[in-house]
Amino acid sequence: MAILIIAEHDNSTLKPATLHAVSAAALIGDDLEILVAGESCQSVAEQASKVAGISKVYLADDTAYGHQLAENVAPLVAELGKNFSHILAPSTTTGKNLMPRVAALLDVGLQSDVIAVEGADTFKRPIYAGNAIATVRSLDEIKLLTVRTTAFDAAAAEGGSASTETLTELYDSGLSRFISEEVAKSDRPELTSAPVVVSGGRGMGNGENFALIERLADKLGAAVGASRAAVDAGFVPNDMQVGQTGKIVAPDLYIAVGISGAIQHLAGMKDSKVIVAINKDEEAPIFQVADYGLVADLFEAVPALESKL
Amino acid sequence: MKVLVAVKRVLDHNVKVRVKSDHSDVDLTNIKMALNPFCEIAVEEAVRLKEAGIATEVVVMSIGPKAVQEQIRTALALGADRGIQIETDTMPESLSVAKLIAKVVEDERPSLIILGKQAIDSDNNQTGQMLAALTGMGQGTFASDVEIQDNEALVTREVDGGLQTVALRLPAIVTSDLRLNEPRYASLPNIMKAKKKPLDVKSAAELGIELRAHTELLKVEPPAERQGGIKVASVEELVDKLKNEAKVI
Ligand SMILES: Cc1cc2nc3c(=O)[nH]c(=O)nc-3n(C[C@H](O)[C@H](O)[C@H](O)COP(=O)(O)OP(=O)(O)OC[C@H]3O[C@@H](n4cnc5c(N)ncnc54)[C@H](O)[C@@H]3O)c2cc1C
Ligand SMILES: Nc1ncnc2c1ncn2[C@@H]1O[C@H](COP(=O)(O)O)[C@@H](O)[C@H]1O
Repeated sequence: MAILIIAEHDNSTLKPATLHAVSAAALIGDDLEILVAGESCQSVAEQASKVAGISKVYLADDTAYGHQLAENVAPLVAELGKNFSHILAPSTTTGKNLMPRVAALLDVGLQSDVIAVEGADTFKRPIYAGNAIATVRSLDEIKLLTVRTTAFDAAAAEGGSASTETLTELYDSGLSRFISEEVAKSDRPELTSAPVVVSGGRGMGNGENFALIERLADKLGAAVGASRAAVDAGFVPNDMQVGQTGKIVAPDLYIAVGISGAIQHLAGMKDSKVIVAINKDEEAPIFQVADYGLVADLFEAVPALESKL
Repeated sequence: MKVLVAVKRVLDHNVKVRVKSDHSDVDLTNIKMALNPFCEIAVEEAVRLKEAGIATEVVVMSIGPKAVQEQIRTALALGADRGIQIETDTMPESLSVAKLIAKVVEDERPSLIILGKQAIDSDNNQTGQMLAALTGMGQGTFASDVEIQDNEALVTREVDGGLQTVALRLPAIVTSDLRLNEPRYASLPNIMKAKKKPLDVKSAAELGIELRAHTELLKVEPPAERQGGIKVASVEELVDKLKNEAKVI
């Protein structure tokens, strides 16, 4: 039986998160199909059909799916998904919102945040903020997974030539309505896929000082992240939070500035290849995971670092 | 309007997690347990709705062995009116939890049901969404703001790109994110009062829900240890290391 992957997109572009989910699916089997549900999202279906390894794309195009409301998309996925061995989605906020609803409709369990595929029914996933790794076996006929994008390489976006089937059955629950959206706009790379991330914590002192982080980030072509304390203090918006309950990142280089290194923050970045910590407290726990630690006042060290790059 | 809050007993978030030496699970013997932080926020939100005159009653429920009564009492001390414990031998999986909560929803008929967005032990982030499917309700997950207007809940959600606001027809399910509110501390008089508030105990079997296993836990391991690195003495040395040793810039 084939594996169904739920495409993550904004009605115009297929998000890279989808490509990571495709790679995870390819470790389970080789008959891979993608569902694109959205509104006026024909171009996304075209992009999905070119992804290497995909044999078929399902397109469900309707206003009801325009904002990915789980109340409308879940019954669509559950109905289509009945004929698949596995259903995968990236573990983004969209995937996490949708997949448990699909699971309950199908009366099956769901493995959240899978980081390794051990077999068709056996997976690894972090629990307790990544302080333990569980190996779990799914006992259901249809296996549902959300996959952590940083744990799987992206599949090639080109090379495939899948056929497209349009789904016409409409699921509009009327339970919820989209009202508005405040989407942070930035010219910097996306946090979860950037090769370099510079994050600031409570040590930044205020929102204006984050300009120091931004300048350093721009010099490195990096994305900007933050600790929860920095978000809670109102220095930066919530979509920048890295950690157990924020975004999971695993760049080649992660620079933590004025961040103490609480386990909940480490849960979101400790799989980075190289970690740099700049903190004035030499006892800060962040130094226990940092490859390179610099004990210094960030207000001197960060501008100095920027000027030397 | 009645509000139902489901809370989970988990290990305290300040406690260091240890994996059992036989790798069968995490070791929870003699470990400090607490109310899941997201559930604390869920209780606080319900209590605020009551204080604002919007909610008339706040019912708190928890599923698990007798010990979960401790967390129900904590929620009662924070201002919930009465508690329900659904007794099970072990902590059931998310789908079973959702089925049991759905049964209580059927009996209690609340207008709003608030859960935490995730339990910090399983890190599942599933139960609220599953409950919404089982009860056929709308879901406002990862909520950072909730407003009740007419017969709808306006929920602002923390999504990857920023914030999204949706309107849900009541009754509806909300799952709380960290910034929904800052929970209060229970005062000593309220802790005393909580001891006298009603707490109903029912067994899962009494509710007629069959608890099926969907997942088998094969092994629990500690994560790969990260080797601590070195301290550099200056910004110059840092740049040199990043360029010539780590080769990441
Ligand atoms: C359920 C739960 C979930 C959570 N989820 C997350 C999450 O997803 N992400 C997250 O980040 N946190 C999360 N937290 C919060 C976490 O426990 C910490 O409170 C938080 O990470 C602390 O942020 P911080 O390091 O910026 O602040 P602090 O711990 O206050 O550290 C600030 C650091 O800055 C340093 N500093 C100050 N001034 C300077 C200076 N001038 N120069 C250099 N260094 C300086 C200090 O030495 C200190 O080490 C969660 C907590 C809970 C309970
Ligand atoms: N045993 C339980 N009893 C009551 N509520 C629970 C239980 N397990 C999970 N929940 C609720 O579901 C939320 C999300 O849990 P989870 O889906 O396991 O991450 C928690 O914050 C609780 O509100």
